[in-house]
Amino acid sequence: MNQHTSPNGQLIQLTGVTKTYPMGEGHIVALDDVSLGLRSGEFSGLVGPSGSGKTTLLNIVGSLDEPTSGQAVVLGEDVAALNEKRAAQLRNLHIGFIFQTFNLLAVYSVFENVEFPLLLLRQPAEQRRQAVTEALDRVGLADRATSRPHQLSGGQCQRVAIARAIVKSPQIVLADEPTANLDAENSHNVIRIMEDLNRDLGTTFLFSTHDEKVVGYLRRTITLADGRVVADETRSSEP
Amino acid sequence: MLLRFALKNLSGAGLRTALNVAVLSLVFVAIVTTQGLLEGMNRQASRAMVDAEYGGGQYWSPDFDPYDPLSYSQAQEPVPPRLRDLVERGAAVEELIVQGTIYPEGRVFPVLIRGIDPGQELLDLPAHVLSDSTAEIPGLIGERMARSTGLGAGDSVTLQWRDRNGTFDARDVTIDEVMKTTVQSIDKGQIWVPIETLRALTGRHGEATLVVVRQGETEHPEVEDWSFKTVDYLLTDIHNLIMSKTLGSMIVYVILLFLAMLAVFDTQILSIFHRRKEIGTLMAMGLTRRQVTVLFTLEGSLIGAFAAVLAFLYGAPALWWLSRVGWRLPETTDSYGFAVGEVLYPYYGPWLVVVTTVILLAVTTGVSYLPARRILKYRATEALRGKIL
Repeated sequence: MNQHTSPNGQLIQLTGVTKTYPMGEGHIVALDDVSLGLRSGEFSGLVGPSGSGKTTLLNIVGSLDEPTSGQAVVLGEDVAALNEKRAAQLRNLHIGFIFQTFNLLAVYSVFENVEFPLLLLRQPAEQRRQAVTEALDRVGLADRATSRPHQLSGGQCQRVAIARAIVKSPQIVLADEPTANLDAENSHNVIRIMEDLNRDLGTTFLFSTHDEKVVGYLRRTITLADGRVVADETRSSEP
Repeated sequence: MLLRFALKNLSGAGLRTALNVAVLSLVFVAIVTTQGLLEGMNRQASRAMVDAEYGGGQYWSPDFDPYDPLSYSQAQEPVPPRLRDLVERGAAVEELIVQGTIYPEGRVFPVLIRGIDPGQELLDLPAHVLSDSTAEIPGLIGERMARSTGLGAGDSVTLQWRDRNGTFDARDVTIDEVMKTTVQSIDKGQIWVPIETLRALTGRHGEATLVVVRQGETEHPEVEDWSFKTVDYLLTDIHNLIMSKTLGSMIVYVILLFLAMLAVFDTQILSIFHRRKEIGTLMAMGLTRRQVTVLFTLEGSLIGAFAAVLAFLYGAPALWWLSRVGWRLPETTDSYGFAVGEVLYPYYGPWLVVVTTVILLAVTTGVSYLPARRILKYRATEALRGKIL
């Protein structure tokens, strides 16, 4: 995998990142002077209550948003300095997203949903077919390739979303509350799949979650409160 | 790539797409049909007037003005030699027009007495009946004239006129035939007689009011005082009349098009509203806002393209059939002043189809873009949360 890292060897490097949103006469602070770094292959999570800034931080790392102040360097690129086209390219090439509500394209089949990022990359048909089949195999849905999202359970939908996120072999996968809409068993299955992908492919995973079941799997837990990092713990051994 | 996504999204939208396409195709066919009818009317009327009255153009005597009835008393002049040459070699035919009065059933009825060579073959006018007649003054009238005067073939009627010295004279004219024609200007208030008879009656030997040139005749010599009027000039009135009808019908098209576009616009608005998260997801996967905007605009444009194809599939055979059997006009149409006859044959030129298609596609694209351009202002983070601007 082609690695892009910042000069200090971090895949993601946030330095003094602050994000504010206008609200009425004033503004609200979503992130307040956040500094942290993530190395390649990490399996990390942002935890904290609603409104603590988890999703905002994920959005900045995913180049969907930019900091109000401070610097966010992702894969060697300063997010604030990227124009829209370059930011889209960065996401297209190197970042996979997994959402709480799956966000599958309703009119596409499972295969087509997973194939979509590869179409954006203009990969040849045969290469796409192989990659999609492999991704679906990894999430255990090879037999549902022709199904539509509405024919799948929530757990299956999230597995399709995972396949879509990893099909292009991204360096980073950002998962925003990936288990929030799943029951315990499906949550467990989904998180195990991501853990396997992290181990097998070396893909860096960054979650936002307040699900205790997910937290148990994380090797690094970054706790946010009121937009600030209040704890950053790394576990030495796997659960 | 975007085209592929747009096609997929449209097929996924199913019934919504089908309804939009169906409505738009109906509008398309309606516009082409009515435009074709008007174009057919224009061509049919022009053809009939050229065949029966205008030929390949007319030379008018110096004082002749068809819009000024007072000019008729002076609008007779000796035919110049150059025009006489044309007449003698069969490339033109003279007409002498004199004002007169007939008295059918005791009523006073002003007419134009039109003298023409009974042997002429330039105009689609059964003037030959005038030469076959044994009557002292044979006459030919049209159906409308016959209806309004109560005259029929074989009837005699007193005809009064002034000769070149202004003296009143009168004789009985025998109607030899009542002709059927779509051209009202050779029918209503007109009575046709042999030109030499009319010249003799009025003392206007060698004179004419106008000279009609044969269709296709390329020689239009300059003649002093006489002005040559081209066919286009002579058809100006009918073209203007058709144009006014066309403009009137445009209002209907605009309303039809507006309603169809409202449906497309509405669909786009709803589509963008329902697919907010999809918009955010597409951006997260690497599409720019401009690409997403193009995608949604393309979906709308494709509705227009599908409508054009569908319209062609069912409209082409239907309109072809209509152009063959024609559109039977109601009786009252005759009073409109168009020389179109009982059946109107629409004409669908390639230009009409191309222009209508281009307009439809352009308007559909514009209407699709209007709501879609809001995506250019969307923030992916807001769209992913299902927020709208």
